[in-house]
Amino acid sequence: MATTKTATGHDVHAAGAGHHEELGFLRKYVFSTDHKMIGIQYAVTGLLFLLFGFSLMMLMRWQLAYPGQAVAWLGKLLGENRMPGGVMLPEFYNELGAMHGTIMVFMGVVPLAVGGFGNFVLPLQIGAPDMAFPKINMLSYQSYFLGGVTMIASFFIPEGGAAQAGWTSYPPLANIATSGQTWWLVGMIFLITSSLLGSINFIVTTIQLRAPGLTFMRFPFFVWAQFVTSFLLLLAFPPLEAAGVLQLMDRVAGTSFFMPTGLVVSGQVAPNAGGGNPLLWQHLFWFLAHPEVYVLILPAMGIVAEVIANNTRKPLWGYRSMVYSLGFLGFMSFIVWAHHMFMTGMGTVMSTFFQTTTMIISIPSVVILTALILSLWGGSIRFTTPMLFALAFLPMFGIGGLTGLPLGLSVTDIPLHDTYYVIAHFHYVVAPGTLFGLMAGIYYWYPKATGRMMNEFLGKLHFWGSFVFMNLVFMPMFFLGLAGVSRRLFDGGETYQFAQPALHYNVMSSWGAWMLGIAQIPFIINFFWSMKAGKKVGANPWEATTLEWAAPSPPPHGNFDHPPEVHRGPYEYSVPGRTTDFQPQFERA
Amino acid sequence: MEIPYTVAAREDTGLNNGKIGIWLFLASEVMLFGALFATYILLRVGSTEWPHGYTILNVPLATFNTIVLISSSVTMVMAWASLMRRRFGTFRLYQGATVLLGGVFLMVKYFEYSAKFHHELFPRTNNFMAIYFTLTGLHMLHVIGGMVVNAYLWGPGSKLYKTNPEWFTNRVENSGLFWHFVDLVWIFLFPTLYLL
Repeated sequence: MATTKTATGHDVHAAGAGHHEELGFLRKYVFSTDHKMIGIQYAVTGLLFLLFGFSLMMLMRWQLAYPGQAVAWLGKLLGENRMPGGVMLPEFYNELGAMHGTIMVFMGVVPLAVGGFGNFVLPLQIGAPDMAFPKINMLSYQSYFLGGVTMIASFFIPEGGAAQAGWTSYPPLANIATSGQTWWLVGMIFLITSSLLGSINFIVTTIQLRAPGLTFMRFPFFVWAQFVTSFLLLLAFPPLEAAGVLQLMDRVAGTSFFMPTGLVVSGQVAPNAGGGNPLLWQHLFWFLAHPEVYVLILPAMGIVAEVIANNTRKPLWGYRSMVYSLGFLGFMSFIVWAHHMFMTGMGTVMSTFFQTTTMIISIPSVVILTALILSLWGGSIRFTTPMLFALAFLPMFGIGGLTGLPLGLSVTDIPLHDTYYVIAHFHYVVAPGTLFGLMAGIYYWYPKATGRMMNEFLGKLHFWGSFVFMNLVFMPMFFLGLAGVSRRLFDGGETYQFAQPALHYNVMSSWGAWMLGIAQIPFIINFFWSMKAGKKVGANPWEATTLEWAAPSPPPHGNFDHPPEVHRGPYEYSVPGRTTDFQPQFERA
Repeated sequence: MEIPYTVAAREDTGLNNGKIGIWLFLASEVMLFGALFATYILLRVGSTEWPHGYTILNVPLATFNTIVLISSSVTMVMAWASLMRRRFGTFRLYQGATVLLGGVFLMVKYFEYSAKFHHELFPRTNNFMAIYFTLTGLHMLHVIGGMVVNAYLWGPGSKLYKTNPEWFTNRVENSGLFWHFVDLVWIFLFPTLYLL
């Protein structure tokens, strides 16, 4: 590392490791290379994008529950070219839909789960002073930020606004869409670069900067989850980058990678040379986007494992089998992608192969979930806010996973494909599943990041509100989907005779969404209020065993007062014959 | 605060941070070009007619370029080997040659591209030209990226040699690994596009 001079001009390195220079505002908060600040930047930006993406959905839910009805003040707020007189235009609805998916997945959940928790917690949990490449870490956040700015800016393109072809951007629709799609592709290239830089950093940090004594089988489960996730990001994103380059060529240079011969657009044959293949995009896209599902869920599983072990005061049940399952799951996630494409006519042999791998990949997921449930058995459970979220994760992820089975079988997928059932299924995995896991993480590590506890009453209010209304949003969608209502309808199915008996579920779901929005208010208040007024805590407020609790709260630049050493496995709770019910990894004998 | 193992290898892994980092980066690059080669295969087997590369493209020029790139890989290794023997002067010579050979490659590519445009062959003409321009274009961006890093290590970046020669040698080795990868991609591109 280059030596840095402080204002007084003396050499910091010569002054020794105990001394830390005071950085200016910009270096400390904006262009920081400290993994903790970058983690917080990622987490806060991610949370803001989650709120923004959720707001887009709350708008869409109005149109779905009350199609064509005007909200006058929204018309004034969002402009006449989006909601003339308060009535939503179909084009604007499409923008909202495409951007909701993109923002939630690529700019909300992944940056919070991997960028936020990964950056903040992982180096602390392995006893490292920082990430292996601090400057690359900063670049990773900046690239993410630029990608986010590009995506948001695309809403304000005068002609056509943001991308309208869905978060999956299927061609040929995406090829002929308005210029917002080009912005989407450029934004995605920034986001992909960001996660590439991040994932290399995580893997190198995990392998190289482990504290003495921290062997791989002594890793906290969260470190394992981030480690496997990083490999998925590293190897699955480049094919999407390739696909993005090809689509960019199609849109900008007029090539025909995804344009079939003789495609008719608005009654006229498209001017392209043709010969391309729209299915090619779907293969390249899902080659990323299926591993991406595991990128979304694995960090949350890691957090839940930490919180459960800590709040049951006993070791995780089957730690080793959980780790092996994680590795197997990561590997399998690369060969299941075409189960998203059963209805494309790719052939029964392909379908059979991918349905088989899909059934196989459910086994390691079930192993992990079962191990987490069994970990509760016989524990003296502390019902803290993080624990409530972690406990809720288990059945919610269970519902999400089990309802995925009929979608993974190529025959039962036929009637369910593209209905609201699919929406309900994957939202159960990602929203009450992953997001509850991430919320558990925020409540759990907030005292480490700020030195203060979050308020328990507001936390429980937040939990119960979220839990009830989350289910109110997504449970009705199963019924809508089983009734055969397509997920692609701008009016929620109003024009279809067969959908009439199920339409009231749209209203339920919409009210659920708006109430869910209100239920987040205690969290927002808690988040800011606790920074100033939360109860001050020491290094280890949860009486936990892993290394991050050896550092002061909040940890200084360089993290630990003394370089930690690891003497035992990650979850030595309730060891018989000891006076305390926990024995930290960093404690000598 | 010092990040451990930036220069020296960690005992149990036997590697320094940069070395693992560059190999992981190359793994992701394999996936990137792998996806594009897969695209090539899928488009070709799915089309009714596909031209042989040698009927459209200039094989002698590309052969020359292949030799240029392979030579640049040799000079790259020599640059690193000179540093290992702590001969800074020879390093500058070989490193400079590597950058210049990259420049020769780009010049030849420029003439190839402009000849294609001159004959009204654009990416939009057909899918063969489309994949040709996409693959060689992306490869060219990699060549430029490698040249920028190598030129930096030849010029301002070489100051590090005075204070920490081992660290500097590691940097040259890592940028060399990337340069060999770019070379290797071309060795796959050349037969795929020009000869088959």
